[in-house]
Amino acid sequence: MLTKRIIPCLDIKDGRTVKGVNFIGLRDAGDPVELAARYAREGADELVFLDIAATVEKRKTLVELVSKVAAEINIPFTVGGGISSKADVSALLNAGADKISINSSAVKRPELINELASEFGSQCVVVAIDSCFAKEEHVVHINGGRKARALNTIQWALEVEERGAGEILLTSMDHDGTKAGFANGLVSEISNMLNIPVIASGGAGNMQHFVDAFIKGHADAALAASIFHFEEVRVPELKMFLKEKGIAIRIES
Amino acid sequence: MDVVIIDYNAGNVRSVSYALQRLGVNPILSADAEVISKADKVIFPGVGEASTAMRFLRENGLDALLKSLQQPVFGVCLGLQLLCRHSEENDTDCLGIFDIDVRKFEPRLKVPQMGWNDLIKMGSPLFDGVSEHSYLYFVHSYYAQLSEHTVAVTDYVNPFSAALQKDNFYALQAHPEKSGKVGERILENFLKL
Repeated sequence: MLTKRIIPCLDIKDGRTVKGVNFIGLRDAGDPVELAARYAREGADELVFLDIAATVEKRKTLVELVSKVAAEINIPFTVGGGISSKADVSALLNAGADKISINSSAVKRPELINELASEFGSQCVVVAIDSCFAKEEHVVHINGGRKARALNTIQWALEVEERGAGEILLTSMDHDGTKAGFANGLVSEISNMLNIPVIASGGAGNMQHFVDAFIKGHADAALAASIFHFEEVRVPELKMFLKEKGIAIRIES
Repeated sequence: MDVVIIDYNAGNVRSVSYALQRLGVNPILSADAEVISKADKVIFPGVGEASTAMRFLRENGLDALLKSLQQPVFGVCLGLQLLCRHSEENDTDCLGIFDIDVRKFEPRLKVPQMGWNDLIKMGSPLFDGVSEHSYLYFVHSYYAQLSEHTVAVTDYVNPFSAALQKDNFYALQAHPEKSGKVGERILENFLKL
């Protein structure tokens, strides 16, 4: 049976992890490769690397990092942040990334989704959607959530699938950082409407929140960052908990 | 031991190469017929679209070469599908090692299947030391039907061939290079054949 996926997200700046990683026993908590290896060992199903300060001149650092990760890590990983062209994608995939994620660049120029899907295949094109609830509707935000767009989240999700995206990474900005649970209503609406997988992101605070994301939110995968980095929730315990709750989950014997 | 990965612009050539390096093997990446035919082991990877991949193989004479190989050959993901007779993906005639049709998943569930799924009914040295219900990472929209050559079954929408074997040809629909320890074990098992 296809299992639900647990995805730790690593925020990267200048080739280093940011957002106060506080792991005991890591030689270098800022080293994304070491952190990624640890998550892979502990049973994470995939990883996401998000370059939060992506600029053209820093792009080379990211590509080098992706090569190092690919050489070390034996689970799939997605790379996102500042990707806006076929050349960006080609460099990251050639370095060993399994999927890339685009966000603002897809909103600004939706044809990019079609171009990437036909060139590299839908399976490696993830579209990240940052959504905020305002004036009684869910609207898409771009540029790391700083700028609201007059774009309805549900409409955009439909368009993204239609244009050939292979997966949606849906972040609720209302829930992000609250530790009060995922945006299960929105996630469920989009997941049920689409025929591509949806990753729920934003709001994870405890293990029950993941159960809710899968049962109430019908998410195919759930992503979190700080609760994993600060070991408030550990991947092995989380997966045992999910299994006990009857969720299809991979536990490596 | 010379392990050659057939290098034909398939997306996961680099990943498969890294996975072998983690096992202490330095593979040769090549699309050269002479290099491939002299190898002890041949890995035929694949991510992408069937007709484009088959066109590349034909234009480079690799289709006939692949069929003539006597050493162990391991088709991975799209590699498995191309070793079959025909694929529904753009109505593509494939290599025909396995006399099986490759079909598209009915969209009763989300397509592509993306994620970790388990294997049952394993009957191949590829799975030595791998227990039933072990999980592997899959990403695919098309699947090989069950047949007499099926040596592992996975269920998504319907049961399909997760692995195939005939003579010196072995194939796996999942990505061993991305499937954690279980995937590493399968690659090791292939290298030991």
